Amino acid sequence: MSAREEILSGIRRSLKATGAEGPRRAAVGARLAMRPRGVVPARGRRDPAGRTALFVAMAQAALATCAVVTSPQDAPAEAARFLRDANLPARLRMGADPLFADMDWSATQIEISHGPSDGHDLNGLSRAFAGVAETGTLMLASGADNPTTLNFLPDNHIVVVSADDIEGDYESAFDRLRALYGDGLMPRALNMVTGPSRSADIAQTMLLGAHGPRKLHIIVIDAAG
Amino acid sequence: MSVHAHPTTPQFSANAHRAMGDGNLQEALARLRVGFSTRRAAAIADLPEFDALRDAARDIKIHTLAHLDLYIEAYEQRVKESGGHVHFARTAEEARRIVLDICAAHGAKTVAKGKSMISEEIALNDALIAAGVRPIETDLGEYIIQLRGEMPSHIIGPAVHLTKDQVEADFRRAHTHLPHDRDLTEPSAMLAEARAVLREKFIAADVGITGANFLIAETGTSVIVTNEGNGDLSQTLPKAHIVLASLEKITPTLEDAAQILRVLARSATGQEMSVYTTFATGPRRAGDPDGPQEYHVVLLDNGRSAMLGTEFEDMLRCIRCGACMNHCPVYHAVGGHAYGWVYPGPMGAVLTPSLIGVEKGGQLPNASTFCGKCEDVCPMRIPLPKMMRHWREREFERHMTARPQRAGLGVWAFFAKRPALYRLGTALAMRALAFTGRTTGRISKLPLAGGWTATRDFPAPQGRTFQSQWRDRTKAKAR
Amino acid sequence: MVETGRKIRVGLFATCLVDLFRPTVGFAAVKLLEDAGCVVEVPAQTCCGQPAFNSGDTNAARAIALQAIETFAPYDYVVAPSGSCAGMMAKHYPELFEHDPELRARAIAFSAKAFELVSFLVDVLGVTRVAARFPHSVAYHDSCSGLREMSVQAQPRALLETVEGLELRELSEADTCCGFGGAFAVKFGEISTAIVDRKTQDVAATGAPVLLAGDLGCLMNIAGRLKRQGSSVAVRHVAEVLAGMTEAPPIAEAPAGPKKG
Repeated sequence: MSAREEILSGIRRSLKATGAEGPRRAAVGARLAMRPRGVVPARGRRDPAGRTALFVAMAQAALATCAVVTSPQDAPAEAARFLRDANLPARLRMGADPLFADMDWSATQIEISHGPSDGHDLNGLSRAFAGVAETGTLMLASGADNPTTLNFLPDNHIVVVSADDIEGDYESAFDRLRALYGDGLMPRALNMVTGPSRSADIAQTMLLGAHGPRKLHIIVIDAAG
Repeated sequence: MSVHAHPTTPQFSANAHRAMGDGNLQEALARLRVGFSTRRAAAIADLPEFDALRDAARDIKIHTLAHLDLYIEAYEQRVKESGGHVHFARTAEEARRIVLDICAAHGAKTVAKGKSMISEEIALNDALIAAGVRPIETDLGEYIIQLRGEMPSHIIGPAVHLTKDQVEADFRRAHTHLPHDRDLTEPSAMLAEARAVLREKFIAADVGITGANFLIAETGTSVIVTNEGNGDLSQTLPKAHIVLASLEKITPTLEDAAQILRVLARSATGQEMSVYTTFATGPRRAGDPDGPQEYHVVLLDNGRSAMLGTEFEDMLRCIRCGACMNHCPVYHAVGGHAYGWVYPGPMGAVLTPSLIGVEKGGQLPNASTFCGKCEDVCPMRIPLPKMMRHWREREFERHMTARPQRAGLGVWAFFAKRPALYRLGTALAMRALAFTGRTTGRISKLPLAGGWTATRDFPAPQGRTFQSQWRDRTKAKAR
Repeated sequence: MVETGRKIRVGLFATCLVDLFRPTVGFAAVKLLEDAGCVVEVPAQTCCGQPAFNSGDTNAARAIALQAIETFAPYDYVVAPSGSCAGMMAKHYPELFEHDPELRARAIAFSAKAFELVSFLVDVLGVTRVAARFPHSVAYHDSCSGLREMSVQAQPRALLETVEGLELRELSEADTCCGFGGAFAVKFGEISTAIVDRKTQDVAATGAPVLLAGDLGCLMNIAGRLKRQGSSVAVRHVAEVLAGMTEAPPIAEAPAGPKKG
């Protein structure tokens, strides 16, 4: 018997089941199809303005910095301001996200490059397809638009998220994901990011920037803001 | 060979004795004791639904375990559809073999490793080294203990037993290519050094190995939860990504994972959410600029399928948050290494006998005061003391209970079952004890109770037993 | 439930430690229960079976449990001045008979009437104050089983607040184990000592000259360590203070008598 067969039959022996039982199969099929939501914290149940405010507050509590701009066209200037204020070189690496392609970067004097990171980029720019207000969490999907390496290798990570894409809770963000990729389908990597990288492995002292970005700056585009 | 293959669990008491005399360890434990519990309490206070989420999380695991065979099949199907491979491993040996074969197929010289308790459980690093492959632990805590040749002392803080000065000494010993006179006084300087040293190793690694916090059946996805980002680099940069996970990590849906995620970080570090929660589904796709070209999952049983349907089944709900050890008075006193193998604290006291045998691990379920705090804080509501007691039952049935304890218990039970004899025997014994302690109210040495009187006085009884005094009172009233 | 008009009949489960080591606690429990209007009896008894249960000797634990169930059958309630023994009876007796529906049903019925003393006074009898005087500062330790199995936490504090002259000073970690754990204290004496040391430090930090708790096991452990350390802190069962019965010397202190400081 293969390891697979032996493990499955061992489980079935322990459960006193055969694997062919109709009700058991139906229960599994139903859960995978219905995806019951369980307990969703009330804190995310707010109107759009409230969600954005909570998202910003929670992200800041997780030690990200946040700025709200009213139009995508204001994002490059905000990115430039962040780099300048942090005394960082005006260089930024990003993927092929159409949102960035449509922005006018010429006025900022930021030196732009495109593509994944090889580990030697100081600053990265990404777009989150969703934000989750309950914990100030960003959701980023892999692909040419937003290469995963940009989320982790640069020292400083700027992420743009639209206020329209901020949901109250994880479950609503997962529904947004399903709308983008299809039921049961996922991007190769889905990154939920809550604040900048950190470690408390040396003497239980929390320090930012363990392997991932030391700084996470979030630019929220909110026409109502 | 390392302690992975040769647990020192049978020497728990000797390990504990050494640990209690280790000043560095005690300093670290003092900090841990306050830090983790304070942060957890604060996070929970901020989420009114926390206890309801614990119930929901527990129920999800109960449902999943009852249908585990079917969810595994669904999960496997989805992984295949996304272009990944699922390898089933009955034993630690099979899991090591699968990993080594994948490494060999890629001609791997080095592997970058994210933190994985399964890797510790199967002693993977020893096997990799023996096969000529260099494992690089990239979680900062794991990296530090790898430099020291140690076992993790905590399931979420592998190096939590060390002080800053110890880590500095390790870095100076290991990073000989760096200037001798560099300043490492601040932990931030050490962090920056580790980041730079490990960055090059990530980029050079041929294979990346991570654990998994969840395997999602709905989508065929492995999920890792980290704060550093090392797990993401380990699974994104190398040519092949190997996920090491045990059967019970299967979780039905994204929604189910969300329920458990809400209790995980809060219970573990007291964060609302860990920094990086990453969902990986299959290898790099057409048009992807990054990500591994191969994606493998090694699904390990190693005794777990046999725990299903037994009194230890509830242990399979464990999500490895560490809350039980963070709140355990025994762990606070002796630290993780005293437990002698991979899993310390209350969860280890239940799991270790299952995995290495009760002959070797049997002391652990006895080394508990049954204070119940572990069960109280467990996000999955695992009845840890009850399961430790089940181990004690098995030991008693198999005559493995320590002889003096068994003898003492036997005498006690003999009298406890015979009230008349009990009254007579205890009345005499208490008179004698009271006489011994008559001048000070306490006794400083007691035969068979040296474990008590070495460090504590034994309070002397007041004299006559309550029951005999009560009978006199009743008689006096009746007169 | 109890009919109105008839006095509640309580069988006092003294517990082995109180029976053998500190009868004062038994008499204090009787006084508190009688003051609250109960009829109290003490049927001939031994042990709740917890030492056997926690050592894995389930057969002995079952035999002892059945004996207790039998002994206390005539009473409306069985009350113990110990969260640990009460927890054994209220929470673990049903577990002992999981494979015997008939005995399990009896154990469940029994467990429903088993209570820890102080929580019984407050939660069941509705006692809100005691007539006692104790002009000292006291620290109170929450014994683990009482706290986590029987939810004893607010009740003793509420009653202590009504003791004339008493000032309650909270320990910083009142709900942390004292390291007793029955056989654990002997078998793993060194670890047990490390744990109780933190408790004695916590007690010292409050500056209270008196430490109270609701379980004699913990009290003997803490008192034993305090005395070995040369501490002058007096250690007593909370029932003694609530009942105003503090004439007996504190735990591990010399009996009142000629020349003893």
